[in-house]
Formats: sequence, C-alpha cells, structure tokens
Amino acid sequence: MIAVIDYGVGNLFSLCRSLEAVGQTPVVTGDPAVLRRADKLFLPGVGAFADAAEKLRRTGLDRVIREEAAQGKPILGICLGMQLLFEESREFGTWQGLGLLPGKVVPMEGVVPQAYKIPHIGWNGLHFPAGRRHPLLAGVEEGDCVYFVHSFYAAECDDVVIATAEYGAQLTAAVARGNVMGCQFHPEKSGTVGLTILKTFCEGEW
Amino acid sequence: MITKRIIPCLDVKDGRVVKGVNFAGLQDVSSPVELAEYYTRSGADELVFYDITASAEGRGLFPDILRRTASRVFIPLTVGGGINTLEDFDRVLKCGADKVSVNSGAIRNPDLIRQAALRYGSQCVVLSADVKRVDGQFRVFGRGGRDDTGMEAIGWIKHCVDLGAGEVVVNSIDTDGVKGGFDLEMLAAVCQAVKVPVIASGGAGRAEDFVRLFQTLPGVDAGLAASVFHFGEIAIPHLKAQLRQAGISVR
Repeated sequence: MIAVIDYGVGNLFSLCRSLEAVGQTPVVTGDPAVLRRADKLFLPGVGAFADAAEKLRRTGLDRVIREEAAQGKPILGICLGMQLLFEESREFGTWQGLGLLPGKVVPMEGVVPQAYKIPHIGWNGLHFPAGRRHPLLAGVEEGDCVYFVHSFYAAECDDVVIATAEYGAQLTAAVARGNVMGCQFHPEKSGTVGLTILKTFCEGEW
Repeated sequence: MITKRIIPCLDVKDGRVVKGVNFAGLQDVSSPVELAEYYTRSGADELVFYDITASAEGRGLFPDILRRTASRVFIPLTVGGGINTLEDFDRVLKCGADKVSVNSGAIRNPDLIRQAALRYGSQCVVLSADVKRVDGQFRVFGRGGRDDTGMEAIGWIKHCVDLGAGEVVVNSIDTDGVKGGFDLEMLAAVCQAVKVPVIASGGAGRAEDFVRLFQTLPGVDAGLAASVFHFGEIAIPHLKAQLRQAGISVR
C-alpha cells in the first residue's frame, strides 16, 4: 500500500490522480498506524518551510517519518516535501527539517544571476551528475523537462544529488540516499516524464 | 535551461468548450476533457480553463469538468473566470487547479490577491490584466474588456505583484483577435516593471509571431492563445519545432 502523508499542507488531488494513473491506489492519511503499515510513503508539500515543519512536529508525524525511514521504508518527498527531508532550512529564518538527508535549504536569491526570475517557475531539463545515474530516474533521458515552482533549493548536499537543473546555477532537482528520495520538481505535473518517475518509485525495490 | 511555455486557453461555458474547434480525430471537439488531453499530447506546457458560464447549471458542471480533466491531464492547470473571493480559490483548487487567475475580482478588491497569496502561496495566484491604449496611456479594463477602469496598467500590474501575484498574463485588447502578432510594446513595458513570469496574450496569428515574441523579449516566459490553436491554424508540434529551429528553448 502506498500512502500519501496528509499533514494539512497543500493540495493532494493531483498527486493522487497521477498515482492512480500509474496503477496505484494511494491512501491519503495522517494516521501513524496506517503510515506504519504502508509499503511506501509520499511526503508532499507546498508553502512555507517553517509552517510545514511545525505541522509535522505538532502532529508527531516527524517522529513517525524518521522511524519509518530508519527501518528502511522508501520515502519520496516532493517539492517542499523534499526540502523537509534535509537538516535545516534558511527560509526566512533557520528551521529544523527531518534530518534524513545531509544539507540545507537556502534561497536562490543571490545564487542565481540577477536576470533570472525568482521563483523558478516552468519546465526545465534534468541533468545527471557525471557518472551518476540513479535507478529512480531510470526512465528519464538527460535533458528531459519537468515542472518546477520554487524559490529555495537544497545546497551543500552534493553526495545525495542525482539530478540538477540549470538556472544560471546548478539547482538541486532530485536527491536520493538509500530509501530516502526527493524531487524538487512536481512529478505529478510533469507529463509522461513525471509519471514515469512516480511509477519507478512505486514499483521499484529500494 | 528553462523553456518557454506554450499555453492554449479553453473557454468553457456550461460544461462545453465554446469558440469553434476544428480538429480531425477528436470525437467530441466541444468536450473540454478531450480537448485538454489532445493539447497535452500535442506538447502544450500548461492549460488555462476559463469559466464563462452563464447558467446556474453550467456553474455546477464546471467543477466536474475540471476534476475530470485534472484526473487525466498531468500538466499545470490554471483556472480563471468569476474568481471574486477566497472561497472561489478554494473551490477550484480542490477540483485540481494548480493556479487561479484573477482579473475583475482583483480590480474590485485588490486585497484578494494578498489574501490568496498568504493562504495558497504566490505561485498559485495569477494576475490577468486586460490592457488597452487610451489617450496614449496603457489602461486596465474590467469585466472582460468592457469597462475602462481609468487605472494606468503598468502601475496596476506592479501593485498586484507587490501584493503577491506570482505570474502576470498580459492580454492586449488592442492586438487581440487581429492576428498581427503580440503587443511587443506593451509587453516590454510590463517586463521592465515586474520580476515575476510574464505571459503574453492577444494577437497570435502565426507561429512566427511566437518566434518574434520570444526573440524580441527574452523576459516573456510564455505565450497564450485560444482560437489559433482551436482552429488548427497553429499546430503546437509545428510551433515548437519552429521555435527550436530559431534557437528558442522549448520542451
């Protein structure tokens, strides 16, 4: 069973429909017992890091996610959900994340050149770090476009980066370490490329 | 490299696409769901659903159409038309919209933009502005281009971005329907004023108009059109091939 973690952040409609489109029957829940029974977890999220991290803490789901990850359960974070997997975020302050991946989330401002608009909105191509081709992106070709919407990105995390996007700087686009994975972009809004990634995660052995 | 977006706009009335649509191979050219799927297959980067429903029955159909489309089309969907309150935002977002476009609703109550951006994030709030030249000035028009609000357009757009609008659709009433190309002068003025993505609308007649748009104004992020796509005058795969040939980055 695939579970989408519901902690009151963002709209889960599209993610669920796209999971159905790749043959899954996702369960949307914030119930720790159900999350513990699930085979795989999705951590979605849009909005502000501090607010989302606080909601995870208040519901106690932060502990559930950490424990399940430690037991080897595959987790895919999407957009803000990916950022929450890191140690901390510098989004309007300093906030603690789940600490499942090494690195921190920082503003794009000051990193991407002035001429580039922030947020980074639109379709951008994926590039694989030299010699690295993670199985999560097995069905993706170098340069395939996916849909991004974000103003902050994960930095100081070279060891876990499995794809980047070029936006005047190399932005972290996808990450993985063992059973913990994440996409900065929205696979559920990225056409067939995105659906392929979701299918690979759902069906893969991690 | 980030790509330029091509966005077909579907006017939906009482659950059907209005404005003639003229495609071979589609069983029901007035079905928004089928048309949305067709455009997605053709390489559209995003879709806009514009609710121009007149009847109460049609208002009821719209969420159903949106839900069915969002269940089958996995690219960003923007919804506009009749968005006046936060409840309107909520209603369409729950049906699978990713972004909500406001026009007259923001003219009546600019604070709607601020409230919506606070609740749903700026990425969700699209300002759509209908702009026309009056006495040598760019003016904002309301109610589907019928009312001159008297407001200067560039200042208005800048104000809305400051309030939290995350993208701006600039629809030039002067070039709309003329098919002589986008309103480059107007768009240049908007690009200079704001740092959020700018979407050009009004005036596309041929693929070359999109090439000229993106070559002349690198600050424009996307081109939006309706009838030239619906009538098959511009086929999206062909348009993208031409853009690519001109060195413009597309998906």
